[in-house]
Amino acid sequence: MNAPAVATALTAQDFKSDYKPVWCPGCGDYTVLASITRALAALALRPENVAVVSGIGCSSRIPAYTTCYGFHGVHGRALAAGTGLKVARPDLTVLVAGGDGDGYSIGGNHFLHACRRNVDLTYIVMDNHVYGMTKGQPSPTTEPDWKSKLSPAGTGLREFHPLVIALASGANFIARSFSGDPGGTASLITEAIQHPGFSFIEVLSPCVTFRPEQRGWKEAVRPAPVAPTDDPARAARRLMTDDGFNIGVLYKGNRRPYATDRRASQELAELEREFAL
Amino acid sequence: MTKKSDAAYAEFMARAYAMEMDASERYADFADQMEVHNNLEVAALFRKLSHVEGLHAKRILEEMGWKQPPRALLAWRWNDEPEPPETAAVTDVHYLMQPWHALQIGLKNERRAQKFFEQLVRSASVPAAVKKVASEMAEEEREHVRLIQEWLKRVPKPEPGWDRDPDPPVYSD
Repeated sequence: MNAPAVATALTAQDFKSDYKPVWCPGCGDYTVLASITRALAALALRPENVAVVSGIGCSSRIPAYTTCYGFHGVHGRALAAGTGLKVARPDLTVLVAGGDGDGYSIGGNHFLHACRRNVDLTYIVMDNHVYGMTKGQPSPTTEPDWKSKLSPAGTGLREFHPLVIALASGANFIARSFSGDPGGTASLITEAIQHPGFSFIEVLSPCVTFRPEQRGWKEAVRPAPVAPTDDPARAARRLMTDDGFNIGVLYKGNRRPYATDRRASQELAELEREFAL
Repeated sequence: MTKKSDAAYAEFMARAYAMEMDASERYADFADQMEVHNNLEVAALFRKLSHVEGLHAKRILEEMGWKQPPRALLAWRWNDEPEPPETAAVTDVHYLMQPWHALQIGLKNERRAQKFFEQLVRSASVPAAVKKVASEMAEEEREHVRLIQEWLKRVPKPEPGWDRDPDPPVYSD
């Protein structure tokens, strides 16, 4: 007899490279990698048609662990590189990946403008509320009262609210997932890739080395008790009152993605004449 | 008699296959992680657990006569849990863990798997053909629990402070 459904031509394993991740054992980023590869296999994409772009940080190592085209870029500039790539090569599926420090602090300004531009790419942020690679400094999403050797009295600073900022800046798809739910995360990544425009997924991904208490996130997360909305005002109310542990698609907008007019406006010879000294 | 053409039975076996494969892949991931961190003894143990789970998955394919693996649905849930009952949580490992810890993880997973199949056997809404094979699988998991318990007797229990690292990754001032 036949199985209920035949597997796709490529499996998740086909999207994993031979390089073994050097993340700490127990890190949430392992399952985010698994979710990405499962999503790409579920969409029947091929590695040569996908580019994974990152910045700097533990999670930004991810392009090397896939068989897709990869670009491990400059700190905070992953979205700039990814945007340029997608505009130049709209045929590629572009995933941009990184952490909360890379995306919200060093790359904070790029985050705002990537949302605003609404280029058709998917941005996956593995948020662990700490700079793990550089040994545990507070990041923009660190709670104000989190005390460590490097912030003995806590930062006292209000956390950055990436989903609210993304909505206000124009992101067309906003979701949150948890690395402890790789199937659910893969489903969200699949949906994000398929949704036109700038799709943003915040993945709560525990740092077991510097924030071991984040192991408790698996008890804190819950499916969002509301259906996705395309109404920005409703989404804003929802996200402003969110405690950071609602999982699922929280906003699915209808903005038309940015696309360049790819018709030539001038002949090459004309351009050469203009630049001739 | 079990009807292999029965849709509920085929779906159950597809899920059982996904369960075994997921457990196998997670143990393989753990083995890789331990190799990267030069904890070779535990790496070898996880590799062995991965191999055993992989054999179970292979047997399901053979029993069903499937030439290709059935597709696992991303949205599958397991008694309201996001991951299958035999899959270890990714946060369960530590780079200084010892074989005893790895076996405790294995034991926990086998017990969860046994409970999962036993619940199916007790459920009124499960078809008889599925109950029959679920009962066999529960028995198998029970046997695995017993084997791991035996194995644990041969492995030293870690001393307190086993995770103390004289050169820890945490920034020290």
